[in-house]
Amino acid sequence: MVNFILRRMLAAIPVMAMVAVIVFAILRLTPGDPAAIIAGDSATAEQLDQIRRVMGLDQPIYMQFFIWIGQLVRGDLGVSLLSGTPVSQMIVDRMGPSLALCLSTITLSVLLALPLGILAAWRQGKLLDRFVMATSVLGFSVPVFVTAYLLILVFSLKLGWFPVQGYRSPDEGLWMFVRSLTLPTLALSTVYVALIARITRTSIIEVMGEDFIRTARAKGLRERGVLLGHALRNAAVPIVTIIGVGIALLISGVVVTESVFNLPGLGRLVVEAVLGRDYPVIQALILLFAFIYVLINLVVDTLYTVFDPRIRY
Amino acid sequence: MSSSANTALATPGTAPAAIRSPFRRTLSSVPVIIALAALAIMVIMALFAPWLHTIDPVQIDPTQRLKPPSGAHWLGTDAYGRDVYSRVVYGARVSLVVGLGVAAFSMVVGLAIGVAAGYFRWVDAIVMRIMDGLMAIPGVLLAIALVSLSGASLTTVLVAITIPEVPRVVRLVRSVILSVRNEPYVEAAVSLGTPTFTLMLRHLVPNTMAPLIVQGTYIFASAILTEAILSFLGAGVPPEISSWGNIMSEGRSYFQLIPGLVLYPGILLSLTVLSVNVLGDAMRDVLDPRMSRRL
Amino acid sequence: MTQTANHASPVLTIAGLTVRIDNTGAGSRAPGRAVVSDLSFDVHAGETVCIVGESGSGKSVTSLATMGLLPKDTLVASAGRIEIDGEDILKASVKRLRELRASKMAMVFQEPMTALNPVQRVGQQVDEVLRLHTTLSRAERKRQVLAMLESVHLPDIARIYDSYPHQLSGGQRQRIVIAMALILKPRLLIADEPTTALDVTTQKQILALIRELQAEHGTAVVFITHDFGVVAEIADRIVVMNQGTVVETGSREAILARPTQDYTRMLVSSVPSLIPQARDPITSETLLHVRDLNKVYGKNGLFKRGTPVAAASDIAFNVRRGEIVGIVGESGSGKSTVARCVVRLIDPTSGQIMLGEADIATIGSRALAPMRRRIQIVFQDPYRSLNPRRKVGESIIEGLLNYGTSRAMAVEQAARALALVGLPPDSVERYPHQFSGGQRQRICIARALVMEPDILVADEAVSALDVSVQAQVLALLEEVRQRVGIGVLFITHDLRVASQICDTLVVMQHGRIVEAGSAEMVLTQPQQPYTRALIDAAPGRGWDFKHFRPSVPEPAHQA
Repeated sequence: MVNFILRRMLAAIPVMAMVAVIVFAILRLTPGDPAAIIAGDSATAEQLDQIRRVMGLDQPIYMQFFIWIGQLVRGDLGVSLLSGTPVSQMIVDRMGPSLALCLSTITLSVLLALPLGILAAWRQGKLLDRFVMATSVLGFSVPVFVTAYLLILVFSLKLGWFPVQGYRSPDEGLWMFVRSLTLPTLALSTVYVALIARITRTSIIEVMGEDFIRTARAKGLRERGVLLGHALRNAAVPIVTIIGVGIALLISGVVVTESVFNLPGLGRLVVEAVLGRDYPVIQALILLFAFIYVLINLVVDTLYTVFDPRIRY
Repeated sequence: MSSSANTALATPGTAPAAIRSPFRRTLSSVPVIIALAALAIMVIMALFAPWLHTIDPVQIDPTQRLKPPSGAHWLGTDAYGRDVYSRVVYGARVSLVVGLGVAAFSMVVGLAIGVAAGYFRWVDAIVMRIMDGLMAIPGVLLAIALVSLSGASLTTVLVAITIPEVPRVVRLVRSVILSVRNEPYVEAAVSLGTPTFTLMLRHLVPNTMAPLIVQGTYIFASAILTEAILSFLGAGVPPEISSWGNIMSEGRSYFQLIPGLVLYPGILLSLTVLSVNVLGDAMRDVLDPRMSRRL
Repeated sequence: MTQTANHASPVLTIAGLTVRIDNTGAGSRAPGRAVVSDLSFDVHAGETVCIVGESGSGKSVTSLATMGLLPKDTLVASAGRIEIDGEDILKASVKRLRELRASKMAMVFQEPMTALNPVQRVGQQVDEVLRLHTTLSRAERKRQVLAMLESVHLPDIARIYDSYPHQLSGGQRQRIVIAMALILKPRLLIADEPTTALDVTTQKQILALIRELQAEHGTAVVFITHDFGVVAEIADRIVVMNQGTVVETGSREAILARPTQDYTRMLVSSVPSLIPQARDPITSETLLHVRDLNKVYGKNGLFKRGTPVAAASDIAFNVRRGEIVGIVGESGSGKSTVARCVVRLIDPTSGQIMLGEADIATIGSRALAPMRRRIQIVFQDPYRSLNPRRKVGESIIEGLLNYGTSRAMAVEQAARALALVGLPPDSVERYPHQFSGGQRQRICIARALVMEPDILVADEAVSALDVSVQAQVLALLEEVRQRVGIGVLFITHDLRVASQICDTLVVMQHGRIVEAGSAEMVLTQPQQPYTRALIDAAPGRGWDFKHFRPSVPEPAHQA
């Protein structure tokens, strides 16, 4: 089993390498002189030269790549062009709200979606099932920011239960912290819940059609026992997969949600960096998010071995 | 279902009839009809925008700022005095163009790469590495980065949204090809001397059509969403073009005052995406029920 | 065969059973098509009743109905009675049915590979039966489960108890399923094709096991099968079904020796004989000459795990004009690997495959292209061998068009090939789904023959067909061989089929040739122990089906 984890980790390295190549390619190979884009229209030739030297743009492309990789490996993520602070510092500063939002969303979504999906599969074809399926389509059709504004309209403006925007860190009071995160979490969860509930339902229904379920019934097991004792664990693999793959969606959602609710997290940082053409920050953040995605999927792969003994060598 | 019961039910010569009835049944279900109707309305909005009681959506009128709905301005005006109704109607154009464009390009590119990756092992090794790398970067982020670097325009937005969608199509096509290429009838074609390219077109690609169309529908919805997000964040189409995302972005600051500025385009956006997703589900039920697992 | 059956009232009585397709879901009032009509038979304790029939006969549906396991919303029992010890199953409540399952009536299904929960240890799965129906303590349950594993002759039971299904072979898994079924000593055991997916040597052991346990507990056994060899081996009484109705019932003797119905006669006489007929020696020229053929998997490459596997080693044989060479073996013997190498669907690691003067074993694809037409293949599954989206005619002429034949000529040749296989010329306009399995297989043969190959490879080409259809296709191959004069390489695991049409036999095991020679010699005077074991394991050796009598003792059979 340790072998398996090691091998999966080794397999993750080429993916991260590819991400690094892609990120590098996007930023260095897009049309236009990066230095000019950074400096703006009114830059002098000297200023352009200086920017090029600072960013290492006067070196051949492959040299730039290796220098950059070298920096990354040392943990040097560069310095923000806009604020001058080291990027790694900025990430640490603004990590809090994003982390809180992600964790609360994942927790809420899984806790809500799994039972919903199981119930929908249990009552396949009946009212509950159709209701769950219908609302899940709604869940991932309505964009996060629309849901967010609707929630703000009802719960902040009309009812006044929650703040319209802003973030309170836990040191400022646990209750304030929770209040400031509630609406963002709810808004972001709608998509995730919809996705997980759906795949849970579908996966269980598929497993219920397998031969060994027939064997279980032939033993005299009640339907509930069949579902909980036999079907669930076999249905786990696709469900866990979606939770992993859905992280990419979650990250996109975090960016939008932080924008709407004005949370000072990494998502908003990305937007600011993009609008301000702050390349070092953009690079570092994309790498970070990709790394998180790869890491989570590694955890997911490891979880497979827990659920399915066939995937253990 | 057990195979024994299946043989009990299978009778030769019934396949065409069996394909027709779920098609008809799905098409006549209520949600599908509503979705089709909603989509038809969006299409009409997009195509016939100038003739639907709209005025020039970019025409500024500082004297008419932030007015509530009235006879002249059905949905009121925004911060620059522009008619919100007109902007929303014209916004449908951007969404549909982006949706269709991204769906079409990603399907074509994804099909070509996917077939090659499914059939040739060496292509597979290289391609899937790249696809894995692309999939690790959240789509919206990749799109934002691409747009911001190449300058905002409709074309850049189209390309920027297409690129993150391609890996999913490649995966889908590849998995279909991998499963079909071992079918006896494909092996028979090999032993009959059918050249590789003809074999791919004749025997392999037709199997990808159904799942591809279903996936294309979902991509259509996803592209509309992504474009809206991009515009909302200020990293999408330039502000002169009325996109639902743009309208919402500009209306943000006035949300507490006039929530409609954000909500009208938002609800229309949601309805469009919802309708397309419902259609996608319906198509999947008809064309490719096994796809629910492949996501 | 079992001892004298108990003549008290029957354990299972089925009277007038009718099962229909449930149309209520589709909103139709009309009763659905009947899948089983007016079925009646009974089974006494200690007796084995075989239900035999071809696909679509309704035999499996009958077993599901008895267990109360008909798929809901698809099939429903609309008339009749099913009584276990006098209690009507069809009228039982859901709760009562659950109580009865495994305790009074149990079932063993066909596919041992998928019958067990893959994520649960097998010991637990057997234990579950006891948990559901008894109030024994955990320790006592474990003791009983281990005892049961012992009685199904599983080796190393402590280790097996903690194993997962994927760590066991097909035969072992089937023993586990039997253990689960019989641990509560039910009155009735229904076995639905339990050995069809197993090798013939494993099948022999499983049949013996069922017989042993039946004798011990006096279980009534309903054994569903399509294999008459098995029927001859184990049945006390036989029920013959066709299209959902009973054609004939009777004792084993009565059905096999004196069938009264035409359908039964046809079915029984279609079973190929294990004793090959005398054939003229072949003296024509060699068309296919295979020497030193090897196929090794996993030898090269940095990322391959595990040791290399030799799927085929040192294979050598010839096929002459007008000769049918059979390669027989169990699963994993490498026979399919050899077939695919010969047709170059996979590439051999080394060796020679001589088609006349040319060696096609290792040549590149460009040199191979013109040679492909000389060796054609027919596959096992007729339902997947034709592109479902293309008309049959298009599929048949595809090869000819590849080699530059004009369309008009190709169509003409296709018509002639169809006539050769006994299908009407208008077949070219139809799609594959409009044909039955046997007809599709004929189309595939036509597709192969239209290329005018020297060699036809038949890879288990009749294994997926019903026995009556199989007889027809085998007769067709005989006819084709005589009229067209091609050489045929016939891959099969079924010794009866091999003995029916092969001139020469090659026996393979673990990737090597164990024995080769004329069919007559190999089957009547096998030299190697493996060959003898294979022949010995073939069920129903004592019965001569074609002539409706016990086998005539074979001359000079070496023990």
